[in-house]
Amino acid sequence: MSHSLAISRRQSALLLLPAAIFFTAFFLLPMLRLFFISASGQLGWSAYLAIVSDANYFRALWTTLAVAAVTTLLTLVISAISGVFLQRHAFPGRALLVSALTLPLAFPGVVVGFMVIMLAGRQGLIGEVFALFGGERPVFAYSLAGLCMGYVYFSIPRTILTIMAAAEKLDPRLEEAARSLGGSPWHVVRDVILPGLRPAFVSSGAICFATAVGAFGTAFTLATRIEVLPMLIYTEFTLSANIAMAAALSFSLGAVAWLALALARSAAGATVAAAG
Amino acid sequence: MKHGKLLLSLQFAFTLAVCAFLVVPVVMSILAGLTVNYFVGLQSGLTLRWVFEVWDAYRDTLFLSLGLALACLALTLLLGVPLAYLLARSRGRLARAIEELLMLPVAVPGLATALGLIVAYGGFAGFRTSAAFILVGHVLFTLPFMVRSVLAVLSVIDLPTLEEGAASLGAGFWQRFRDIVLPNCRNGILAGALMVVTLSVGEFNMTWLLHTPFTKTLPVGLADAYASLRLEIGSAYTLIFFLLITPLLLTLQVLARPRRQSFAAPDNTIENAS
Repeated sequence: MSHSLAISRRQSALLLLPAAIFFTAFFLLPMLRLFFISASGQLGWSAYLAIVSDANYFRALWTTLAVAAVTTLLTLVISAISGVFLQRHAFPGRALLVSALTLPLAFPGVVVGFMVIMLAGRQGLIGEVFALFGGERPVFAYSLAGLCMGYVYFSIPRTILTIMAAAEKLDPRLEEAARSLGGSPWHVVRDVILPGLRPAFVSSGAICFATAVGAFGTAFTLATRIEVLPMLIYTEFTLSANIAMAAALSFSLGAVAWLALALARSAAGATVAAAG
Repeated sequence: MKHGKLLLSLQFAFTLAVCAFLVVPVVMSILAGLTVNYFVGLQSGLTLRWVFEVWDAYRDTLFLSLGLALACLALTLLLGVPLAYLLARSRGRLARAIEELLMLPVAVPGLATALGLIVAYGGFAGFRTSAAFILVGHVLFTLPFMVRSVLAVLSVIDLPTLEEGAASLGAGFWQRFRDIVLPNCRNGILAGALMVVTLSVGEFNMTWLLHTPFTKTLPVGLADAYASLRLEIGSAYTLIFFLLITPLLLTLQVLARPRRQSFAAPDNTIENAS
């Protein structure tokens, strides 16, 4: 029986080939080309060293990593509090709340940037509120804080979904046991809930980090002055026509993003499927 | 227990605040797109003037984005569904490696993928200046979502039993693929299709480098409008984008709810509707 079901070589080739040809022609080969071009500048292969030795590039690298780290931390804390709460408690309007929280799921970076301008721009809501109380209008949309806010805005929806799914699988008996043994709510959170959510934190945190490292649209909308790596790549390529350096920076950026995802996968094991 | 109640109210208030953080700017931008003068405020009156202005100047971007999304969907179906089936049938190390490889264009920043395409194919002027150049990038970026979505469904249904049944009745390989596999992963295909269309319509990171002045997509037009036009027009443009993307997202949310898996033959009503 199983013999009749086996896929022949020809059949697997027919199933695989369309995707394989497309992927090779438009991703693998271009990337290979880009890799060699990254060493074709004046610096040769040491273009990769320049990322660490050149003060400008190095600062941009650190800024990018710092923004991504802060974004990840904020997103995880916010999503954990709201996600666990929403998973645990049924109340009228809950479904609506969950819908609203996941609505920005597919906003492109440029739109997220515009949302930040709406909140913290020159005519933004936060400024209005401060002005109402007679204070000075804070305008931070066009700074690193604004960028961070945009990335958090972008990351909350998918992180909340992952954490809600993980919270659903937590065993409530463990919490009851902890409580019956006299654990305070804080102890239950620290020793039972947080460890249970760890795999979800790791996987969604990695996606959050990788997205914040590589995203371009939000920074582009907010300001060309924000010196994060994706913006630097863009200016190297378009303004300085330094394709070799842009390529080297792209590969380094890609490596950081990929590494974050790969580390998370090996840390979380096969128990957590990466969220789409 | 009083302590617990306070904690609960705090959590509830916090969740409401997060929700406001996400929703308030959306509402503000919608209102701004419909206000005569945003600086003066709502008392300046409501108008559709900005929406019409955007429609006149930028409707091409909307149609290009929709066309690209549909072409992207067709290609990801053609390339992705057969691949997902192959991966579901052969869960070996090679299959895992292929799955991993496919995810690279998602993991790697869009700027890098776009640069790769430009250095490799930028010299072919006819290709470089056409919308197909953007399409290629979108397919690379969305293909893994289609494959994963179909694969997720295929790996929970009992494919071997179904296929054995069909084979014992004399169905050949391609007939089984068409009559057994495809109908059974319909949910996965549907979810994947919505994901692909949504992502393609919103893609900016790659598209910004791949586009030309004659191939501007909706997000590219948005970036243009934000950078150079008055706030009301940027907002009205965003409003049009919301109108396009919200139905897609809401359908995705409905589909994301726990789906029933059935072995039953697809009922004819749905079959005919699709």
